Amino acid sequence: MIHTKDLSKAYSGKRVLKIDELGIPKGQSFGLVGNNGAGKTTYFSLLLDLIKPTTGNITNNSVVVDQSEDWKPFTSAFIDESFLIGYLTPEEYFYFIGELRGENKADVDSLVAQFEDFFHGEILGQKKYLRDLSKGNQKKAGIVAALIGSPDVIILDEPFANLDPTTQIRLKGIIKDLAEKQGVTVLVSSHDLMHVTDVCERIVVLEKGEVVKDLETNEATLKELEAHFSGSEQV
Amino acid sequence: MKLKHFLNLEWKQFFRSASFGKSIAINILMAFLALYFIGIFLFIGIFLYKILGKVNPDQDALTTLNSFLFFYILFDVAIRFFFQKLPVMSVKPLLPLPVKRSKVVNYVLRKSAFSFFNILPLFAFIPFSITLIVNDYPVISVLAWLLAAIVVVQIINFLNFILESFSSERELSFLPVIVLVGSLFALNYFNVISFSDLIAQGFTAIYDNPIFVLIPIAVLVGLYVVNFKQLKSKLYLDSSLKTKVAVVNASNMEWTKRFGDIAPFMQLDLKLIWRNKRTKSMTMLLAIGLLYGLFFYPQPLYRDMEFMFAFIGVFSTGFFLINFGQFIPAWDSGYYKMLMSQNIKYEQYLRSKFVLMIMSVVILFVLGIPYVYFGWKILIAHFATAIYNIGVNSHVILYGGSFNRKKIDLDKKAAFNYQGTGAVQWIIGIPLMILPMALFGLTNWLVGFEAAVGLLIALGVLGIVLHKKLMTLITQKYLDSKYKMIDAFSQDS
Repeated sequence: MIHTKDLSKAYSGKRVLKIDELGIPKGQSFGLVGNNGAGKTTYFSLLLDLIKPTTGNITNNSVVVDQSEDWKPFTSAFIDESFLIGYLTPEEYFYFIGELRGENKADVDSLVAQFEDFFHGEILGQKKYLRDLSKGNQKKAGIVAALIGSPDVIILDEPFANLDPTTQIRLKGIIKDLAEKQGVTVLVSSHDLMHVTDVCERIVVLEKGEVVKDLETNEATLKELEAHFSGSEQV
Repeated sequence: MKLKHFLNLEWKQFFRSASFGKSIAINILMAFLALYFIGIFLFIGIFLYKILGKVNPDQDALTTLNSFLFFYILFDVAIRFFFQKLPVMSVKPLLPLPVKRSKVVNYVLRKSAFSFFNILPLFAFIPFSITLIVNDYPVISVLAWLLAAIVVVQIINFLNFILESFSSERELSFLPVIVLVGSLFALNYFNVISFSDLIAQGFTAIYDNPIFVLIPIAVLVGLYVVNFKQLKSKLYLDSSLKTKVAVVNASNMEWTKRFGDIAPFMQLDLKLIWRNKRTKSMTMLLAIGLLYGLFFYPQPLYRDMEFMFAFIGVFSTGFFLINFGQFIPAWDSGYYKMLMSQNIKYEQYLRSKFVLMIMSVVILFVLGIPYVYFGWKILIAHFATAIYNIGVNSHVILYGGSFNRKKIDLDKKAAFNYQGTGAVQWIIGIPLMILPMALFGLTNWLVGFEAAVGLLIALGVLGIVLHKKLMTLITQKYLDSKYKMIDAFSQDS
């Protein structure tokens, strides 16, 4: 589904990302972990064509993302709060995204209704603008907006940060469901090793912009990751 | 925390901001404007004594000047309200640090005392005082008079901030100042209370008896204290953290549906305009744009200057176009990343803005039809400029928008938010207004009124005919600067 080839990104000569080869098959739940500055957000930004690659490219369903915009209809993302439009209510925001993705109000309503649980009664029908919601609630709205229009690829940057424990658990359920039952390719980044190992079938560790580990998730994965990040790994 | 730290912070803020390259060009332009005004004031200051002697030979020059001071003060209050803005400082990061709140407030207020608006009058007052002394006026009295004048300038300075903070919390932002200045002027004009005499007597009293200068100084101190208290009360985090429950008035705006594929964007733009303070107060300014002609047309002097018709026409029919247009796409800077990753056609996004601007031109022209009262030529000229605005200026301003690199923070409360307002905003509009005025004036002078009107209409129609082509060009330009814009809009200052 997503194929990365010879990709690198440098800012004034300093390389921040270098991935020679990385393929993500359709329907995989893919986790990206790494310390601050490892290049997680840079990779996602490249995937969304928000920044220009220095060399190489990413192909999304055989569309080269920095050359054509044809990947947009089947790809959606929530990177940070700057993806929200502060002066809209959550409902209006969902409808707006829906219109951009060719869904009418009824489609959006029926999709959003499935997430009543996830919203915990704090998003819909509040008569509040998104800018007046708390950070956690903004995040919930942004994540659900990324699910509108049944995309094939969903990119979520740090989806677990700022969420309360109940919502984190529900979000894990949602992500698993998307990948396993609906065949959606989900890309998630996180600092929380436990959450990614719970959710993702495959975990890639970035360090200083390079892939240092590429693991199929099993019982030993969490231990291995913890060992890696604590620096006590046996070589 | 010393003064030098504050200055250091501001210095860095200025030189390290993403829009630095652009703002330096504007700053150079501003510097030239500043020099120009300084020159004018200096000229006035040096020759004022002689001029006043000519205007009213029977009266002492200083007495004549004193009788005009009231009008100077009124004018200054009005001008400052629109052009001078409270000196901004991003205070939030300072709040948890061991800096006394009063220190921050004092710094912000004192800095404002050295604003260009306060320095400029000195270039007139000081040379004038020197000529007085040269002409054998008593030195002590002249100095007292000069001190009083300087103090009055500072009084206006601090009065303006009170007015601004008062009006920024209300919807009709500029109404208070217009009411205040207007009613003072009217009371004076109809001799209900002669403020001009009162002010003149006050200054004469200070001149005769310098001890009276203490009175304006006391007023100044009082205003400073009021400002201090007002700002200090705003320096708390909860004024920005407090969850203000805005009552949402949701409307479907079904009528936008007839615009087809651009409807979602138009709805978004309309909500943008209605739901944010920044844009809302801009819409309120429309009234000024519309009534702008009333400053000129009632005077027969201007009614004979036909080239002015074009200027006023472009200004009043294009007021929204210029004010809204020059911040495309910065209005959407807060969520630009999201828009760019969405399945949208850039052309639709821009066309929605375009349609909005065109609608505003048509509405403003229709509302301005009563100007026909001052002569049919005016109406025809306004019609020509409306066409010109639709065909030429709209495209120019959209094209110019692709050079926009400065983020606008719509969420910020009004108290410390003056981004993108002030003098700069008006300078950008100049070529849009001067060019059609020059074309119109020149053709009118060389050939005739009909030809001049015809030229503007022809240019406008040409733009309308080429609309599709121009939009493709403009869209390409936006696409080319996509990465740069995303990068600039994700920076905070």
